This record gives sequence, structure tokens and C-alpha cells, in this order.
Amino acid sequence: MPLVLPPSVLGFYLLLAFSPQHGIGKWLHDSFDLQFVFSFQGLILASVIYSMPFMLGPIKSALQQLPSSLAQASYTLGKSERETFLKVLLPNIKPSLFTAMVLTFAHTLGEFGVVLMIGGNIPNVTRVASIAVYDSVESMDYSTANTYSLILFSITFVLVIGVFIFNRTQAKSPLE
Amino acid sequence: MISINIEKKLKTYGGQQWLSINHDFATGSTTKISGPSGAGKTTFLKIIAGLTSPEKGIIRIDDTFWVDTSAKINLSPQKRMAGFVFQNYALFPNMTVREHLEYATKDEVWIDRLLKVGKLETLTTHKPEHLSGGQQQRLAILRALAVKPSLLLMDEPFSALDSEMKIALIAELKLLFAELGLTVLIVTHNAQELDGLCNGELRIDTNEKP
Repeated sequence: MPLVLPPSVLGFYLLLAFSPQHGIGKWLHDSFDLQFVFSFQGLILASVIYSMPFMLGPIKSALQQLPSSLAQASYTLGKSERETFLKVLLPNIKPSLFTAMVLTFAHTLGEFGVVLMIGGNIPNVTRVASIAVYDSVESMDYSTANTYSLILFSITFVLVIGVFIFNRTQAKSPLE
Repeated sequence: MISINIEKKLKTYGGQQWLSINHDFATGSTTKISGPSGAGKTTFLKIIAGLTSPEKGIIRIDDTFWVDTSAKINLSPQKRMAGFVFQNYALFPNMTVREHLEYATKDEVWIDRLLKVGKLETLTTHKPEHLSGGQQQRLAILRALAVKPSLLLMDEPFSALDSEMKIALIAELKLLFAELGLTVLIVTHNAQELDGLCNGELRIDTNEKP
């Protein structure tokens, strides 16, 4: 669902779910003194929920491309599914894993709707760069907006170029 | 003694076929398995290893049932630990030659012996992508032997070896099989290549009805 839902809708439901007034949010607040609404940890949780599918898709696809005989060979050596996954399957999708992590990070960096909904826009607490850009434009402060935008653009550009170069040099299928 | 009496439905280009095998293999014997392409030779080995299940039947190793469909017994591949040499080798791209064997066993003396048998002592730090086809095939055989299985299943294990290497390796393997008391089943398309190694033969053909 996070793949197809508008981020603001997902953020709205997370805001309701983690509200300290009722449900899971109340239980977390009363039992563990945890508050995910309008807090930095809430931003992290919401970003993980929102971005996880973007990471899991490529990883699942990479695992499916590995020949089934790799896992089968490991099983005949007496290895469990867990050990096979950790020592045989996961190391052989390292390039896909790296690419998925970097691109998901870049994607999360520019997230707006979800983080605004659950985190609000509290300076030094939940104000992230993408929201700061919006804020600056709202207040006609184009110079600050430009600075933030340039920083975001640079980081994303470097990450994408880095992944591109990595894929060209390292990400050759281990089975080729 | 290994007693096998199984039936397995196969989907082939010609439609549905049945693989029916009823055969006993003496402990310590080496059996050549032949038959036309698509007859189910590889499937037969995978059924024994526990990598796929038969529709019905039994597989009994001495007094232990690996499969008994009527009693709903079907041991996992991990519990059977039958050595398996895959036709495509199924080597782990992330592991070196030595790491392949260390993944299977902690017995360093046994690992050194296997490396010597497979003539891979000088290539221990190489990963599969840097090995020739013949070297990869030898590593696949050594890895299957590393766990000292009681039953070894080999799917076209010598197809990538030149004749000189094949003769030398078969001679070494013959000694190892005898030492370990291994029961070996070898699928082959070239029956002559196994002369002197096998002491039994099973021909597999599919049927339209079980």
C-alpha cells in the first residue's frame, strides 16, 4: 500500500494511529513513554514504513534471479534456511542490496508529505530539508530555499552518480 | 541397502508423464543412471535428496524411512544430507574454493585431502568465476564429499572434464568411495565414461500412466 498511497494519506493515517490520545499511540505512550507524533523518532518510523517497499522490491527481484540450485546445494550440506539466506543468498545480491539502500535513502531524503503529517514542522526537531524549502518559498525567502535545494540536489546527484558508477564497475551478476 | 519405490508426475513438452522407479541399491554400490532426455533422471536424484517430493512411494535407507507418503514421512534435505553434485555445479559465487569446503565441514585435514584429490590445492583462494569449467566441476564434487555423506548423488559430474583429468579423478574417487563406504548414484549421458567406476545400472523411462 505505501507504494500507491499518496504520501499525505499515509502520513494522515500514521498520525491517527500513533496519536497519544488513543489506540497504539496511547499504549506506546502509557507503557513505554514513547511518542511518535511530532517527534524525530516518529519521522524515522514513518519514513521506514513509507520507503521500505521501495527497497524490498529490488531485493526480492534480485533473490528471485538467483538460481534455485544455490539454496538447494546449501540445504544438502545440512544448512538451515536462515544460514543459507545469510551466508549464500544475501552475499550474492550485494550489488542489488547496495543499490536499493542508496536509492531508498535518496528517496527518503526528499520525502515531504509523510514527514510533514506526522512530524509537523518544528524547528530543530522535525523540520527536514524538503519542508524547509517549502517554508522558505512560502515566506518568499528564495535565497534560503535555493541553498537548501542545492544541498538536496547535490547529495542526490552524488548518490545517483555513485550508484551508476558502482553498477558499471561492480554490479556484474556474480553468475556471469 | 537403499530401497526406492516412488511415483512422480512430470510435466513435459509431450504432456503429463509418470516417473516410476522401483529399485534397490546395495550399500557401497556405484550405480550408473541412464535414460533419454526429459525422462526424469535429475528429478529422481532430487527426490532422493529431498529437494522435491514424489506423489507417492517410499525411500528407505537401511531401517530409516526418508519418505513414506502413506505415513506422511518426508525428511528435509538437511536431515538426509545426501551429497549432491548439480549439473550446473551450483557453486556459491561469493565463496573461494576453500570457503566452499569450509562451509560444508570444519575438518581441515579432510578439506586438505579433498583439495589434493581434486587437484585444487593451488587454487584455494580463487572464486568460481576464476576457475575453468573442469575446475568448477571438480569443486562441486569435492563440496558434496566434504560432509562425508552416506549417499552421493551426481548429475552429469564429469561432462566438463578432459579425458586425462576424468580418468585420474575417477581413479581417486573410486578409492574415496570405497573408503567412505559410499553408495553412489551417477546420472550420465555417456555410459562409457563410467566404465570401471560403476557396478550397477538403472535405466529410466517415463510412462504415460503410473
